[in-house]
Amino acid sequence: MATPVNKEDAFSQFLLRMGDNTLILGHRVSEWCGHAPVLEEDIALANTALDLIGQTQMWLGLAAEVQGEGKSADDLAFLRDAWDFRNVLLCEVPNGDFGRTLMRQFLFDAWHSIQLGRLMKSSDERVAAIAEKASKEVAYHLERSADTVVGLGDGTEESHRRMQEALDYLWPYVGEMFQSDEADAEMVKAGIAPDPASLREEYDVLVSRILGDATLIIPDSSFAHKGGRTGAMHTEHLGHLLTQMQWLQRAYPGAKW
Amino acid sequence: MKNEWPLWEIFIRGQHGMSHRHVGSLHAPDAEMAIKNARDVYTRRNEGVSIWVVEANHISASSPSDKGPLYEPSESKVYRHPTFFDIPEEVGAM
Repeated sequence: MATPVNKEDAFSQFLLRMGDNTLILGHRVSEWCGHAPVLEEDIALANTALDLIGQTQMWLGLAAEVQGEGKSADDLAFLRDAWDFRNVLLCEVPNGDFGRTLMRQFLFDAWHSIQLGRLMKSSDERVAAIAEKASKEVAYHLERSADTVVGLGDGTEESHRRMQEALDYLWPYVGEMFQSDEADAEMVKAGIAPDPASLREEYDVLVSRILGDATLIIPDSSFAHKGGRTGAMHTEHLGHLLTQMQWLQRAYPGAKW
Repeated sequence: MKNEWPLWEIFIRGQHGMSHRHVGSLHAPDAEMAIKNARDVYTRRNEGVSIWVVEANHISASSPSDKGPLYEPSESKVYRHPTFFDIPEEVGAM
């Protein structure tokens, strides 16, 4: 976990953070494939997972290009170990029940849509182009997850209880999305990406509105787990996820579809 | 069965200028979610530009057992087809 000192390292770090978020969350969501409570949700979740994996190809593809070590997006996805990943912890926590999966999706989608909106104005046109393409998909993800959070939160006694439990469990993972470090400062200076902390106000307005509609109560705590986006310390869950996601390339190196 | 979502019939317009076509049905708690579900289930390969949903129990259908009285009388009335009329050249393609 070297502290980025120059713009190239910081840029690479930023791209890994974007790509690892979508890769790890995309994999988590894909775990529902064939298991969702109803067929319609099963397909919707699979579509979301595929969108996220598609975005991963673009972010990690650009990361590999910027690193200039001859690697591909696939190399970065399948041949790194847990400590090399830069996704926020929110993306790697286990799915739990359907309610927790949708709450996690909403809390991420809300951040993601605001972040992509800012990135569309990036000084790097490759970043702006990826953000532009991804933002349409993510606008739909947000609409769907927000609707479902409201539907379940303001639903039956049981669905309300489960959604409040999901929010209580996940809220401590929200703060990490808004933490800034030297790499972020470098990106702000270059006009490539916004300061994560600067997204918080818009996020809180959006999330408070939807969670209010869902009759859910945001925990009164600013405690935030951290360590994912810096790579300092992931949860124990990431390693388990990687064994599932990477086993084929590990067991049969270079195997092609 | 009261915990089941209602069934919705889905109609999709493939491109501008065409009419909506029935493509299938799905379950959803309300019309908005039915449209979202239809988007996810039926337009993931770029099949549509517009979606209509209608709750299946709002559709009234003819009864198959009425097939005789409803449809058979028209079988013997070939003169109802416009093929007996000579269409003047100047009209062009109809």
